[in-house]
Amino acid sequence: MSQGLALENWSYLAMLLFVVAGSWWLEFAFKIKVLRRPRLALTAIVPVSIFFLIWDAFAINQNHWDFDDNQMLGIYGPFSIPLEEYLFFFIIPLAALLTLEGVKSLLQKVKR
Amino acid sequence: MRFELTYTQITVYALIITIFFDMFVTRNSLLSTLRFWISYSIILPFQLVTNWWLTSREIVTYNPDSIMGLRIAGAPFEDLIFGFAMILAVMSAWEKLLKIKTPK
Repeated sequence: MSQGLALENWSYLAMLLFVVAGSWWLEFAFKIKVLRRPRLALTAIVPVSIFFLIWDAFAINQNHWDFDDNQMLGIYGPFSIPLEEYLFFFIIPLAALLTLEGVKSLLQKVKR
Repeated sequence: MRFELTYTQITVYALIITIFFDMFVTRNSLLSTLRFWISYSIILPFQLVTNWWLTSREIVTYNPDSIMGLRIAGAPFEDLIFGFAMILAVMSAWEKLLKIKTPK
């Protein structure tokens, strides 16, 4: 059944790329150190993401939510969680940390 | 065995656990800081846009039996609590690590 990927299959991933595009540059615009401290960032993100992935696995198992296979890449990891979801729980928290550090940098500039 | 837990119920538990984590585990009390609420007010519109994308195109669909039915920008209200909890937890863990790294 592998007939290659249609443009539609990138629908979920497109949203993740939008978040990456909207957040990575904060590291350099505000001279913050999130991406440049990858170990520290991962130490904050991974434990939290594990909890939310357990939640995701449970929700998928209980049919709380469902994904449209036609709009996904069709790659699944453990517990029937799609690749896009695994990426979600890495990209969104990272964007949140970049935002927080950007805001802190701005607030410090205002204080001075 | 089937656990009877709705998305709505899990979001309430997740919110309580996360606030407890932020107040008593990492002891940041980010919820009482300006930096958290400014950050969240920046993140929220982006969440509404991405939620709208995922739900209006039906990339993600929700079982009506597992949600209370209130929808914001196409997505269940529960999604906003989900996002709030995840963001608060990650930011709180991050700030705790920063404190450990640079003790005052």
